[in-house]
Amino acid sequence: MINASLTQLASALAAKQISSVELTQLFLDRITQHNPSLNAIVSTQPERTLAEARAADARIAAGEAGPLTGIPLAHKDIFCAEGWASTCGSKMLADFVAPYDAHIVTRLKQAGMVTLGRCNMDEFAMGSSNETSHFGAVRNPWNTQCVPGGSSGGSAAAVAARLTPAATGTDTGGSIRQPAALCGLTGIKPTYGVVSRYGMIAYASSLDQGGPMAKSAEDCAMMLNAMAGFDERDSTSLQRPAEDYCAQLQQPLKGLRVGLPKEFFAEGMDADVRACVDTALAQLRELGATTVEVSLPNSGLSVPAYYVIAPAEASSNLSRFDGVRYGYRAPEYSDLNDLYCKSRAQGFGAEVKRRILMGTYVLSHGYYDAYYLKAQKIRRLIARDFANAFEQCDVIAGPTSPSVAFALGEKSADPVQMYLSDIYTISTNLAGLPGMSVPCGFSPSGLPVGLQLIGPWFAEARLLQCGHQYQLATDWHTRQPEAFAG
Amino acid sequence: MSLSLDDVAKIARLARLELTDAEAAQTLGQLNNIFGLIEQMQAVNTDGVEPMSHAVDVAQRLREDRVTETNQREAFQSVAPEAEGGLYLVPRVIE
Repeated sequence: MINASLTQLASALAAKQISSVELTQLFLDRITQHNPSLNAIVSTQPERTLAEARAADARIAAGEAGPLTGIPLAHKDIFCAEGWASTCGSKMLADFVAPYDAHIVTRLKQAGMVTLGRCNMDEFAMGSSNETSHFGAVRNPWNTQCVPGGSSGGSAAAVAARLTPAATGTDTGGSIRQPAALCGLTGIKPTYGVVSRYGMIAYASSLDQGGPMAKSAEDCAMMLNAMAGFDERDSTSLQRPAEDYCAQLQQPLKGLRVGLPKEFFAEGMDADVRACVDTALAQLRELGATTVEVSLPNSGLSVPAYYVIAPAEASSNLSRFDGVRYGYRAPEYSDLNDLYCKSRAQGFGAEVKRRILMGTYVLSHGYYDAYYLKAQKIRRLIARDFANAFEQCDVIAGPTSPSVAFALGEKSADPVQMYLSDIYTISTNLAGLPGMSVPCGFSPSGLPVGLQLIGPWFAEARLLQCGHQYQLATDWHTRQPEAFAG
Repeated sequence: MSLSLDDVAKIARLARLELTDAEAAQTLGQLNNIFGLIEQMQAVNTDGVEPMSHAVDVAQRLREDRVTETNQREAFQSVAPEAEGGLYLVPRVIE
């Protein structure tokens, strides 16, 4: 049951082979058993969870179940959920119990999904290794000496270790795709504006996007069906007709044009990753796709531009944490300004402070044009590169991460090295495009490799189709870490 | 370009972040490394390129000007460090 797809779980629930309460208890027990060695889940409330499962069972009994009713999931700790500590991985919000639900929390609740718990994450989603969390680093189930990636590292480790059938994540510069790659999962970052940001604690508002992380593209499609949709409470939510992300899954890939950006394949990718990605591309060709070389000439500038834009937006967004309205307040202070300075100094961790300082600097008087405006112009060039490339292809493929999971502590002392681990994912966020990672093999050291697929705006269904067809022909997505098999 | 310790102190003041001397010194080195990476942007000619401030070029939606929010003051203030009688309490700012 722990390896079952969401479709299989739905069938088992519908056929009364298992109840939601039994299924939920199974995963709660797995969390109790395995989470201490992973630190993927930061909080559970078994009574509340089981009450949700009983309600789901009642819906199923009454014949009112949807395709996700009764299936458990875990939420990244960035999504506000009423009655749950919603900490964003920070001391600043360690005691913050959200007074309301994020839009996607509401949507998945309405779909009947049962919340198992909350997933650890890099503090305020700032990190690529899940080492910046106030609640400690998360370990990769494939090798517990390695990082799971970040910032949705807890979500990724939890699904990979089968502590939950699926999880939610968010992706500002790769935070769904990179941990999905490093933990052997499928994860999709939708087009900016497809999933509401309401109740999702903001990092960089023009880049942040929520999405599903699960074992397969099909599971992600089912989750996205429930998560996507217009929400008046997010000013950048897009009004579009509802889409069934499962509808296209069964279509073969014959005739699909896959663009390979020469810049992604030039240098910087580890040989282990390269070998798996090349094999995956050959498999896509066998499935009827054609590959064509494309160019994203400015993609090398995505990391510099991102580390101006994202910190600038973060410094503004995080100014709300002032020790007055919510969150941490320093125990001692001399006046109001001192209250702000001390509460923020004590409540934020080192990486968050670093990005606030970077953002404050690039927005400060005299530097705005040289940094922020310049970065926005480069963002335009990067978006144009994609638009040009998509004249020649339907999807773009390449590596998700330049390396497999790295060792805990290996990059945490050098921010620049850490930032460069998102070199293949960041440009997608800058352009607002949908991107997905699917497992495509293992390194000789036994660590998973991810294939990244990027589409034009609103091509989620095509990406998911591509992932599903690939997964019908391969079994990388069904592998699970042995240490967590039982 | 290279930042000085004074710059770091000034930015920290603007950001309302108290930094110890040791933190400021460490931050200085890291910020200079990061800005070394960021400076790569300056090599690109962006004359005449329109800045892109958002991922999707759409106009902000407008809505009817009427009250839609319900009063949830109690719920929202229940998570405040210090609130009383509907007010957030802070140190005295006016003598």
